[in-house]
Amino acid sequence: MTRLLSMNRRHFLQASAAGALALTPGLLPSRALAQSALTVGFIYVGPKDDYGYNQAHAEGAAALKALPGVTIVEEENVPETVDVQKTMESMINLDGATLIFPTSFGYFNPHMLAMAAKYPDIQFRHCGGLWQESKNPANTGSYFGYIFQGQYLNGVVAGYTSKSKKIGFVAAKPIPQVLQNINAFLLGARAVDPSITCQVIFTGEWSLAVKEAEATNALIDQGADVITCHVDSPKVVVETAAGRGAFVCGYHANQSPLAPEKYLTGAEWAWGNVYTDFVKKLQAGEKLGNFVRGGLKDGFVKMSPLGPAVPAEGRTKFDATLAEMMTGKFSVFKGPIKDNKGNVVVAAGKSYAEDAIELESMDYLVEGVVGSTA
Amino acid sequence: MTVEANTAAISIASERSSVLRPVLEWLARRAEPVVISFGAILIGLALFSIFILVIGKPPATLFQLMYTGGFGSWFSIQNSLSRAAPLLLTALCVALPARLGLVIIGGEGAVVLGGVAAAAIALPFIGMLPALLVLLLMAAAAMVVGGIWIGLAGFLRHYRGVNETISSLLLAYIAIALMNQFVEGLLRDPASLNKPSTSPLPAEYMLGKMPGMDVHWGLAIGVVACIASWVLIEVTSYGFAARIAGGNVRAAQIQGLPVGRLIVGFTAIAGSFAGLAGMIEVAAVQGSANASLAAGYGYTGILVAFLARHNPLAIIPVAVLLGGIDASGGLIQRRMALPDATVLVLQGTLFVVILFCETFYGRFKIFNPDLWKRSA
Amino acid sequence: MDAGGIGIWGVPLAIFAGAIRVSTPFIFVSLGETITERSGRINLGLEGTLVFGAMTAYAIAVLSGSPWLGVLAAMGTGAVFGLVHGWICKWPKVNDIAIGIAMMQFGLGLAFFLGKPFIQPAAPHLPSIQLGAWSDLPQVQAALNINALFILGGVLALFLWWAFRNTRIGLVLRVVGDSTDAARAMGINPDRVRLLATVVGGSLAAVGGAYLSLYYPGSWNEGISSGQGLMAVALVIFARWNPIGCFLAALLFGGAGALGPALQSVGVTQGYYLFYAAPYVLTLAILIATSSPTRSLAGAPGALSLAK
Repeated sequence: MTRLLSMNRRHFLQASAAGALALTPGLLPSRALAQSALTVGFIYVGPKDDYGYNQAHAEGAAALKALPGVTIVEEENVPETVDVQKTMESMINLDGATLIFPTSFGYFNPHMLAMAAKYPDIQFRHCGGLWQESKNPANTGSYFGYIFQGQYLNGVVAGYTSKSKKIGFVAAKPIPQVLQNINAFLLGARAVDPSITCQVIFTGEWSLAVKEAEATNALIDQGADVITCHVDSPKVVVETAAGRGAFVCGYHANQSPLAPEKYLTGAEWAWGNVYTDFVKKLQAGEKLGNFVRGGLKDGFVKMSPLGPAVPAEGRTKFDATLAEMMTGKFSVFKGPIKDNKGNVVVAAGKSYAEDAIELESMDYLVEGVVGSTA
Repeated sequence: MTVEANTAAISIASERSSVLRPVLEWLARRAEPVVISFGAILIGLALFSIFILVIGKPPATLFQLMYTGGFGSWFSIQNSLSRAAPLLLTALCVALPARLGLVIIGGEGAVVLGGVAAAAIALPFIGMLPALLVLLLMAAAAMVVGGIWIGLAGFLRHYRGVNETISSLLLAYIAIALMNQFVEGLLRDPASLNKPSTSPLPAEYMLGKMPGMDVHWGLAIGVVACIASWVLIEVTSYGFAARIAGGNVRAAQIQGLPVGRLIVGFTAIAGSFAGLAGMIEVAAVQGSANASLAAGYGYTGILVAFLARHNPLAIIPVAVLLGGIDASGGLIQRRMALPDATVLVLQGTLFVVILFCETFYGRFKIFNPDLWKRSA
Repeated sequence: MDAGGIGIWGVPLAIFAGAIRVSTPFIFVSLGETITERSGRINLGLEGTLVFGAMTAYAIAVLSGSPWLGVLAAMGTGAVFGLVHGWICKWPKVNDIAIGIAMMQFGLGLAFFLGKPFIQPAAPHLPSIQLGAWSDLPQVQAALNINALFILGGVLALFLWWAFRNTRIGLVLRVVGDSTDAARAMGINPDRVRLLATVVGGSLAAVGGAYLSLYYPGSWNEGISSGQGLMAVALVIFARWNPIGCFLAALLFGGAGALGPALQSVGVTQGYYLFYAAPYVLTLAILIATSSPTRSLAGAPGALSLAK
C-alpha cells in the first residue's frame, strides 16, 4: 500500500485506475471482499485531541482499528480550502483509500463534491445534513446525529440544578445545527420550570479560546449558573465555568475529567458505531446509505454519566425522558412554540419527529432564549 | 611563490584568457545570489534534519516523502502548483513595497476584502452579462478594494509617518472582521445556512482549470503578474524611480522624485495583486466568499517574498517550492505520524536561515571581480 | 432586573474585569518590548516567543504540577528566543523586522509541534488574589479576583519606569538606544547591551504567554493567541516607550477586547464581529493620531530602525 508511484504519468493513471477498479464493491464477488483490505481516510479540521468535535470523530475512527483488514489514515488541521481537496486526492492516490470521511462542515461544498465527481468509484461521507438526492452524486452522502436530543437532556438536568433560573450557552455561529442545540437546551429546561431563560453569546468562530472564556464570564456575570456550549473544543468553556463556580453540561465528548464536581452530564457523539456500520457494509459489498442519521435510539449519540451535583429528582426525570427518547416517539420540538421575537414557529398540535427535514433549516431562537441570530 | 610572481602569473593567465574573463566576471556577479541562496537552503535543511533526528525520526524518509508528496508524481506536482498559485500574488504584495524599502505584512487583509468585493459585485450581473465580463468585473473590483487597503498603509506611512508593518497588520485583522461581518450579515446567502457564504457563483461563471491540468487559471494569472512586476521594476522608469526611493528617501526627494506618489502607487499595486488572489479564490475554488478566504495565503506570501529576495521572477520557483513543501505536509502527517506543524517548523527554519545569510553578501571575494586582480 | 443578573451595569463591570483579565499578557509583552526597543532594537517575533512560552509553561506545569515552575521555564525559553533573535540581528545587512517575522513563524511552528501532546491534559492554574471579598455581588467578586501576574506586572511597570530614570543600567540602555556612536564613545558595547535587552524582552514576553495558558483562558491549544504579541509592539509605540504608559495602554486594550461579549450579554447583538475588531481599530487610530511624518516618532529611541 505504500509503494511509491512511478513518475510516468501513463503508468500512474493505469495504476490508479486498476486500483480503484479492484476495490470497487459490487464488481467482484462479495465473497472475495468479505475480509478484504480496506483503507479508510479521516480528515479533521482541528487537532484530534481537542476534547471536542474532532476528538469525537477520532475516537470513532479508533474504533475501526479493531476491525480486521481495515487500515485508517488520518489527517488533522486541514483547513476548509482547496487543501482538503488535495488531501482527499492524496489519500485516494497515494494511500489507496476507498472510503473518505471529511468531517468538517465546510468540506462538503465545493470540496467533497468536486472530488466525488472526479473519483466516482470512491465513497465519500460527510458529517452534516447537506446531502440531497436531486443534487448530489450517489457516491456521496451525509451522516449526522440528532444531538439536540442530548442537549434537551442537558437542559432537563440544568433545569433541576439551576438556582438562578438562568442558564447560558456559548455558541460559535448561528447555523441550524447550533440553533437546534440552543433551542433544545432551553426547551429541556423549560419542561422542568417554564420560567427558566437561556442567554446565548455567539463567539463568531468555531475555535477561539479567549472569546469563549470571555463569553463564559459574561454569561456568569449576568447570572447564569449552568453553562453549555457548541464550539469545536468545549475545554475552555468547561474549565472557565467550573472555575467560576457554575455548573456545566458537556458537548461533543466527555469533559467530566476537567471538572468532576461541576459536570452534570453531556451530549456526546458515538461515531464509532456509525463508522463501524459503514465499513462493515462496504466490506460486505452492500450499498452504503446516502443519508444516514440517528439519535440516542440508534446509538449515534450518547449521554455522559450523570455527575454528583444532579439532584435525585433530576436523575429520575432524566432517566424517564431518556427512556422515552429511546423508543423514538419523543419529540423535542412540539408545538406551540414561538420564537423570541413573538412569531409562532411551530403551530399548536404540530410536532417534529427527530428526523424532520425542516429542522435542518432552523433559523430562529425560541422564546426564552435571550440573544439574536444576526 | 612571491607576491610579484603570483601577480605576474595571474596577469599572464588573464591575458591569455581575455575572452574568458568577462564571462567569468559576469558569472561571478550573477552567481552570488544563487550560491548563497542555495547554500542557505542547504543549511536550513541540515538544521531541520538535526531537529528531526533529535525527535527520533529518520530525516531521509522525511525528505523522500516531501519529494513524493510535492513533486513525485503528476498528481503531486499539480497539488504543489495549486498551492503555489495564490502565493505568487500574495508574495508580490510583499515584494513590491519591499523594493521601496517598506515591509508590508498585511496582504491577508487585501485577500479577504478582495474576495468579498468580487463576490459582491458579481451578484447583480449573473445572468445578465457573459461569464468573461463578470469575471473581469470581479477582478477589477477585487483589485480596486485590495489596492485601496494596502495603499492606505502606504499613504499612512508617507503622509503620517505610521510604520507600515504594524499598520498593514492591524488593517489585516480589521479586514478579516469586516469580511466576517459581511459574509454572515449583509451579503449572506439565506440558503447557506451551515456555512455562511455569499450567494454562490453558477458553475459556468467560475474560473476554470487550465487545459490538460488540474490547476485553475489562477496559476497562469499569477505567473503573468510576476513577469509584469519584474518588467515594472526593472524596465520602466517608474520602477527605476521606486528603486532609487527605496535606497534613500532623502536623496530621492532631493532629486525631485515624487516619493509620496511612488509609495502610494506601489503599495496600491501590491494590494491589488493580493485582492486579485482573493478574487481567484472565490471564482476558481470556493464559488462564494466565506470565512475560508482567510486561509493564510497572505502570511505564506511573506515567506515566499523574502526567500525570493523580493525579485518577482524568483518568486515563481520559490512559490512552487513552498507549494511543494505544503503539499507534502499531509503525507508526512499520515505516514510518519508527525504533526502538521512539522512543515511550519521547516518553513520557519528556512526563513530564519535565509534572512541570516543576507549577511554573507559582499563578504566573499570570489563573487566580486573588482577584487580579483591586483594592479601590478 | 431579576436577581442574579446585573443588567446594563454588566457592561462597564465586564469591561473593567475584562481589562484586568485580558491585559496581563499585553503588560508583560509590552514591557519586554519596551526594554528591547529602548536599546534600539525591534523584536517583531514576540508573538512566536509568547506562544512558545505559553506551551512551555503549560507543559512544565502539567509535568511538574507547579504552575510557577512553568512560568520560570517559559522565562527560560523566552530568553533563548530573545538570544537567537538578538544574535542574528547584530550581523550587518540583516533586516531585524524581517527576522522578527521569521522568528515568529518559527516559534509558532515549534510551539505547535512540541505542544501536541499537551492539548488534552489539564494543567494547574496560577493563583489569584481575591480583592473583592467586601462585595456581596458575585460579579464584583469575580471581577476583583485578580491574578498574581497582573499585580506583578504592575509592580514591574513601576520599577522599570523608575529604573530607566534613576539607575545606571537604565541610562546605559537609553544611551545605546539613542545613539550607537555615543554609546561607543562612552565605552559601552552597544551590541552586548542590545543582546541583553532582547533576551530580557523575550523572557518577559514568554511570561505573558504563560499567563494565557496557565490562567486565562487557561488552556493550551493552537488558537491561544489572537495576535497579542504583535499588537504589543504597536502598544509600545502608543505608550511612547514609557513603562507606565504600557501598563495603562494594556488595560485599555484589555477593556476593548472584552467589549464584544459584554455587549452581547446585555442584548446588543448586531454586528458583533465589528466589536471584536475594536482593539485593532483603536490601535490603528492611536497610531495614526500619534505619529507624524516630519519629526521621527517623538520619544523614540534614535537608533531604532522603526523610527528612521
